[in-house]
Amino acid sequence: MIRRRVLASILGTAAAALVLASCAGGGSADPASSGTGAAADPVTLTMWTRSVTATQSQALVDAFNAEHEGTIKVELTVVPFQEYLQKVSAAASGKNLPDILAANVIDGPNYANLGLWADLTDRIAGLDYADALAPAHLASATVGGKTYAVPHVMDASALYYNKVLFRAAGLDPEAPPTTLQEVADDAAKIAALGDGIGGLYLPGNCGGCLAFTVFPSIWASGGTVMNAEGTEATLDSAEASSVLGIYHSMWTDGSMIPESRNEDGSTQNTAFESGTAGFALLGSKALGTIAENDKLEIGVAPIPGADGGTSTFVGGDVIGISSTSKNADAAWTFLSWTLDEKTQLDIFAKAGFMPVRTDLANNEYAAADPRVVLFNSLVADGQTPYSVRFFQTFNDPQGPFLSLVRDAVFGDGPSTLPDNNAAVTASLQAS
Amino acid sequence: MTTTGAVAPPRRSALRSSRASTARSRRAAWRAWLYAAPATAVLLVLFVVPLGLAIWMSLFDWPLLGRAPELNFPENYTSIPDNELFMRAVGFTVRYTVIIAVVLLVLSLGLALLIQESKRRSSGVLRTAFFLPVVTGLTTAALLFVGLLSPSAGPIDDVLGWFGVQVDFLGDPTMAMVSTVVMMTWRFAGFYMVIMLTGLQAIPTELYEAAALDGASRWRSLRSVTIPLLRPTLALSAVLIVTGGLVAFEQFYVLTRGGPDNSTVTMVMTIFREAFSQFHLGAAAALSVVVLLGLVLLNVLQLRLVREDDGAAS
Repeated sequence: MIRRRVLASILGTAAAALVLASCAGGGSADPASSGTGAAADPVTLTMWTRSVTATQSQALVDAFNAEHEGTIKVELTVVPFQEYLQKVSAAASGKNLPDILAANVIDGPNYANLGLWADLTDRIAGLDYADALAPAHLASATVGGKTYAVPHVMDASALYYNKVLFRAAGLDPEAPPTTLQEVADDAAKIAALGDGIGGLYLPGNCGGCLAFTVFPSIWASGGTVMNAEGTEATLDSAEASSVLGIYHSMWTDGSMIPESRNEDGSTQNTAFESGTAGFALLGSKALGTIAENDKLEIGVAPIPGADGGTSTFVGGDVIGISSTSKNADAAWTFLSWTLDEKTQLDIFAKAGFMPVRTDLANNEYAAADPRVVLFNSLVADGQTPYSVRFFQTFNDPQGPFLSLVRDAVFGDGPSTLPDNNAAVTASLQAS
Repeated sequence: MTTTGAVAPPRRSALRSSRASTARSRRAAWRAWLYAAPATAVLLVLFVVPLGLAIWMSLFDWPLLGRAPELNFPENYTSIPDNELFMRAVGFTVRYTVIIAVVLLVLSLGLALLIQESKRRSSGVLRTAFFLPVVTGLTTAALLFVGLLSPSAGPIDDVLGWFGVQVDFLGDPTMAMVSTVVMMTWRFAGFYMVIMLTGLQAIPTELYEAAALDGASRWRSLRSVTIPLLRPTLALSAVLIVTGGLVAFEQFYVLTRGGPDNSTVTMVMTIFREAFSQFHLGAAAALSVVVLLGLVLLNVLQLRLVREDDGAAS
């Protein structure tokens, strides 16, 4: 009994070894030599995406499977976004990757470097609309001149506000704040309504969400978060300090909702959706998933800098064919189908999602909703940070960036930035 | 352990006896090995081989895919003290283990005594009620508590709100630890209660009768009869709880995610992170080996204590 328990515990710690045992040697498959063609037997493709793109991925897969019945079938597995990278790396070490593998756009360099994806450079070059594919997404999936993935889902962060609460607090619902300081002032007025209503809801315990929502304010203020190579953090700058300082004041004066501090991202829409938050910083996808009701009328504005200016984090997901897939041709049939004009318009644009092609940004569906037009225009001056160690530094729950924001916002304030910035740099430079 | 026990005595006697009995004892030894073969095979495949691989990996800079491993010894080991997260996790894990051991041992003994005392009445119902959480998976139990303790979704926050009390169950380092200990106690107290109960039932009732005749109070007979005779059971439970505590993972990974501010990161969580978030598979294997060595040492020590207790009891 004891022995068995000890054994079990030892196995627990050595479990990694068991998985990794099977991965000695090996290399990336050559996409040209693999593939079965889609003629005879139906090909079943496995596909993984993050939970945050579930709606879009599912819509694509359903439509594709209906169109390709009897030839190709895609089986989609949706993985909670917090566990995605760990699941992928564990699967990679056991050579159990799916045929089609999506990734957070910031993880693109990481996946490409790790050899998880097959090289798609030539296949992409063969597309008529290759030049129109979202450039930031392609750049993130390009390492050493080779491109390993195509855009899958486009996302951009914005400032969401509840017009119902704006009216209740005596603010003009058609004049959203244009500086972060005004956001703080308006949030204070909305928080003063009381009765369970809060000013701003921030995903304060989710590094990736914070990068997505706080970086744009720093960019809009004229600052940077990293150097161009992604090897040196610049979060101790005056711009970062004033942006995080405003958040710190929102926390200390009570205009930020207290649960913000524990929000790990899994319920980040909830407060805004239930009409109890004046402001929330969310992605474009929230527009298609949050329903308006008598307590909530959604207004969308660009994320402002400390004293003005606007910017956005161009995020979303890229998608590639795993280097171990034996169905590369069929997988490419699916990927190129998702990028097709008809697919992009009928499935994405019609449902209010942003197309992943720049030549389709101004379409009939987008024109109908000014908020969608806003998102499409935001992308033009948005940014996608590039670093091979982005996830390990900014998204990791035990990583240095989350500590940096939490100390500056919920802790002692922006005075803690220099020390924590050094830790972020150290993580970016780690091997 | 059983195999060496079965083999050793005949071999010793063989030195002193005739050829015939030597042959017989050889046959017996051979048969003993045969009986032990399936278990040995399982042990080899599921334990010795992975262990060997983990040690092998810990010497290298091991890649996730593709390129060949590069030797990275002894750096994988010498860099461990610089791994601040891991070093802090060691302290936290030990602290958690001590707390959970004390809480579980005291509470499960209390529950077992309660059931022992209420023998004729509702003991069946009680025993089932206390044991029921044990059938829940650990991750499931943790998820259940995530829901219960959530301020937006769970009922506990609302109930406390009626009394004007507000507790940040997972947002405060101390409360996050307390919440996890409560969850683990709920999940495991019934299991250790059953172990304690079998120990209690093995104590002859005559001893209690004799103690009563000598005029011993309940407290006195608990201290002088129950506890000493229960020591092997207590030691066994302690071994299980301590081992389980030191390799704690799911309860914290699901319930607190190591937060708030890395205050509840356990050793195994740092190993998992090192391997699958940082992609330092070799360094993670080195950490595993170190944790394993610590566990083996501790278990050897504890098993020795159990055996001494066995001797004392018989």
